[in-house]
Amino acid sequence: MAHIVVENLSKHYRVAARDPGLMGALRGLLRRREREIVALDRVSFSLKEGELLGFIGPNGAGKSTTIKILSGILRPSAGRCTVNGRVPWQDRIAHVARIGVVFGQRTQLWWDLPIAESFDLLRDIYRVDPKRFARTKERLVAMLRIGAVLDTPLRQLSLGQRMRCEIAAALLHTPSILFLDEPTIGLDAVSKLALREFVKDLNRRDGVTVLLTTHDMHDIEALARRVIIIGNGRVLRDSSFEAMRAEVLGERRLIVDYQAELADVAVEGAELRGRDGRTVEYGFDPARTAAHTLIARVAAAHEVSDIRVEDPKIEEVIARFYALHGAVDA
Amino acid sequence: MSGAALPYLAILRARFVLMLQYRAAAFAGFATQCWWGAIKLMTFAAFYAGAGPQPITLTQTITYIWLSQALLALLPWQADADIAEAVESGNIAYERLRPVDTHSFWLARAVAQRAANTVLRLAPMFVLAAVALPLIGQSAWSWRLPATGGATALFALSISLTVMLSAAFTVLLNIAVTALKTRRASNLAPVLVTPLSGMIVPLALMPAWSQPILFWQPFAGLCDIPYRIYFGNLTGGAALAGLCAQLLWIAAFVVGGRFWLARVMARVDMQGS
Repeated sequence: MAHIVVENLSKHYRVAARDPGLMGALRGLLRRREREIVALDRVSFSLKEGELLGFIGPNGAGKSTTIKILSGILRPSAGRCTVNGRVPWQDRIAHVARIGVVFGQRTQLWWDLPIAESFDLLRDIYRVDPKRFARTKERLVAMLRIGAVLDTPLRQLSLGQRMRCEIAAALLHTPSILFLDEPTIGLDAVSKLALREFVKDLNRRDGVTVLLTTHDMHDIEALARRVIIIGNGRVLRDSSFEAMRAEVLGERRLIVDYQAELADVAVEGAELRGRDGRTVEYGFDPARTAAHTLIARVAAAHEVSDIRVEDPKIEEVIARFYALHGAVDA
Repeated sequence: MSGAALPYLAILRARFVLMLQYRAAAFAGFATQCWWGAIKLMTFAAFYAGAGPQPITLTQTITYIWLSQALLALLPWQADADIAEAVESGNIAYERLRPVDTHSFWLARAVAQRAANTVLRLAPMFVLAAVALPLIGQSAWSWRLPATGGATALFALSISLTVMLSAAFTVLLNIAVTALKTRRASNLAPVLVTPLSGMIVPLALMPAWSQPILFWQPFAGLCDIPYRIYFGNLTGGAALAGLCAQLLWIAAFVVGGRFWLARVMARVDMQGS
């Protein structure tokens, strides 16, 4: 049975708007003007138990709004959605007892309390059986390596330590679904790697369904087998990561440093992607033109000081994908 | 602890223990309240010297002043600082992710905060005003014990209702802060609470025609009603009426607060956070 079903979910916000300047402010006093913003526009997808889904999209695309609706914080303007068979915003208390949520830029722990006391409080708030709680906590503390900071108040922890404690806190009541909204934001490379390993493990070994939003393509690459690209509130693509990579990463790059600045750098079988002085970047499809053929053509045409072949950066590819669909930062 | 009340008792206990740590703030509060108490004693003594008989005696007013200084922290003059902070930072979303009834959860937090702050200030004030002053021969200015055993019991009941009333009003302030997304939404509270509770001038000293209105408005239950029960100015039917007024307003604040919170949470947007 599908764990999460989302059908034609829409969310509109009304925001206050006024004309600039003093006159605008005075007019605003007399008549309030509101502008409607479409955060989600008929989004549909479903998720099976044990899946790990990555949500990517530029700022303002609707990723966080989707998570907020699925976790019961927000009500959608239209559309249907069930999680574990429940409608999140109608059956909020029963719903949130079975999910775990981490917002990367927020905290659910108590600022002044030592971590262990925050955990105890969560045990009581979620009514977790004390024996089961002790086992879960012991396991999470070991896996996330937070044993040393349990007696420290949250405000004295580093961002990396804090995020590991946040993840543990979201899992103390053994939820069947974990929502992660930009969990790696601001973390250093080592903490990011550790976090990805943990999430992967949790999904594979414990079968926890994970829905993750991120800006970091490496998160998606390391974790998600399935990816939804969202832009301007709409689902632009819902496919496996491999399919997406094949589609948008099919192109390779040839970077050539010529000995002199040239007027005409066109090469048959390659498209010009950019140039900076003597350095010229070409894109080519390796299925149609082999790299060595292309290199031979370039070298035959002009004096060359260096040649490299690279994959385009995934961020760049995604940015191009957004631009193609008009899904730039709204 | 078990059952339905577990989450609420847990937050109450955690909050209470946390608030007890703020000893420096409590000491500063105590010092300020002694100073204010002394100024008010002198002001009222001067007022009584120049006026005819009043509905409550100077001795009763002196006890009233000490009680109001000792129990100052029970007054609900601002929203829960942590909730205001959460509203402004966007963390308020997490309040909706807890599998608890948000209104009851906030009420438990407010009870703990009011009670803990008061406990810290009550004892030193009592030692100073009720024990030390008579010892140095200043009984005329001292905090007197309750009128009778019955008054003591009724006062204990009434002051417990005061804690609930104050907490229920604090939750209303929390909701106002959530609705308007700024802690300044509760700035109007002191203007209402301080005079109408009788904190500045005992309500009994206000004009006779205003007495029924003052007695039945919500904030009398914060100071005036319990204090007058304490020194025996409200007894029998009048004391019961006072308790009823407190209960009535607790019920109104809780029912109204639950309704309002549901509306605010249904349309709270938290966009871009």
